[in-house]
Amino acid sequence: MKPAPFRYADPDTLEEALAVLSDEGAGAKVLAGGQSLLPLLSMRLAAPSTLVDINRVPGLDSVEVTGDGVTVGALVRHNALLGDDAAARVQPLLARATANVAHPAIRNRGTTVGSIAHADPSGEMTSVLALTDGSVTVATPAGPQTVEWRDLFVGPLETSISGPAVVTSAFFPALPARSGTAFAEVARRKGDYAVCGAGVVVTLDADRRVERVRASYVSVGITPEVLDLTEAVAGKPVDSADWAAAGALARTMVDPDTDIHASADYRRLLVGVLTERTLRDAAAEATARVTCE
Amino acid sequence: MTSVDTDRTITLTVNGVPREATVPVRRLLSDALRHDLGLTGTHVGCEHGVCGACTVLVDGDPVRSCLLLAVQVDGHEVTTVEGLAHADHQGGQILHPVQEAFRECHALQCGFCTPGFLTTIAAGLDKRDNAAELTEEEVDDMVGGNLCRCTGYANIKKAVHHANATMRDRA
Repeated sequence: MKPAPFRYADPDTLEEALAVLSDEGAGAKVLAGGQSLLPLLSMRLAAPSTLVDINRVPGLDSVEVTGDGVTVGALVRHNALLGDDAAARVQPLLARATANVAHPAIRNRGTTVGSIAHADPSGEMTSVLALTDGSVTVATPAGPQTVEWRDLFVGPLETSISGPAVVTSAFFPALPARSGTAFAEVARRKGDYAVCGAGVVVTLDADRRVERVRASYVSVGITPEVLDLTEAVAGKPVDSADWAAAGALARTMVDPDTDIHASADYRRLLVGVLTERTLRDAAAEATARVTCE
Repeated sequence: MTSVDTDRTITLTVNGVPREATVPVRRLLSDALRHDLGLTGTHVGCEHGVCGACTVLVDGDPVRSCLLLAVQVDGHEVTTVEGLAHADHQGGQILHPVQEAFRECHALQCGFCTPGFLTTIAAGLDKRDNAAELTEEEVDDMVGGNLCRCTGYANIKKAVHHANATMRDRA
């Protein structure tokens, strides 16, 4: 199908974008990469009165990397983030998760910040924002605001951002010391929406004992959550930690839905399998980092 | 002051030729190419980004033309499947190595998905060092976003290797 009629503006500045969003009212919607929005329009699941295309707004297409973390501008395409080695060194989850976002042709156009603002429970980057304890910066007529991930996600495809506003960047804090990460998905077809995905961070102490284990999932639950799985393996030497027990614990903590792609029970099974698998990889990476210290 | 429009006149370069069209702002690039510019080589399958049949190159990168508005490519360069071959100066055309490889390897049957595969693979092989070993994983990643229901992909993947070898030998 074709999108329902709408009005279109492509302002040259952020101020103009906010002005148009104010003038056009509640029916106006921001267009960045459009790789989630355009399908919604074509399937008539959404019919905004106006699209405000921010692709001409300067200054939103950079990835800034510091020791504290990675700031991703609103017009950074998934493929640009995927290929950013400096960002991957500071927060390896970014490249690992982005590699799982759709197909290359979609990643050429789709934006990481747009994915987050879209708040799809099957989105990878919403989970990564949560797992890294990140936040977004939102431009509003009253000035820029920072919204922590916990306050951002309200429901499926729903965020707490309202009124004339443009999410201008997302901030992903750096990976803590003595930590490793991993990300894995099960999908019907490589690049399709995940039936289940898992991202994990394992942190060791200086004696290579497990200090902290956290996980976040894709396509499990209606908004991103971070599970603390530390209790299953706390204080255990990394080589003898029972990662299967951590996977089993994760299974008891999630409450996935049944849909046409998978039953809730199957998703719970995948949570266990993917948790165990990713924790082994993350633990190996954390061990290597401790050894390097 | 930013104008808010329902129709726009856009100028873009399609297959090296400057083109102009006046379109409703809701016009998808896929429809603009087919209906406004008469380039029906770009095929429209699912029209929501899943099948990859409508893939074209915008400024050299493969994108889904059904997931872009025509007004968004104003001022940009678009390459469709019609732009892959080039004239041989005797009234005929010389196929792109990927097109040649598809014919050679029997990589198409009904042909509906083929334009999307050709543009995607052409861009993928153009961007890589053709002398470097082409792994199965790389090929899978290149064609994994395009649906083909006839071939079972075996001959398409064969064609990717074939085209890469041709491009390597001609370099």
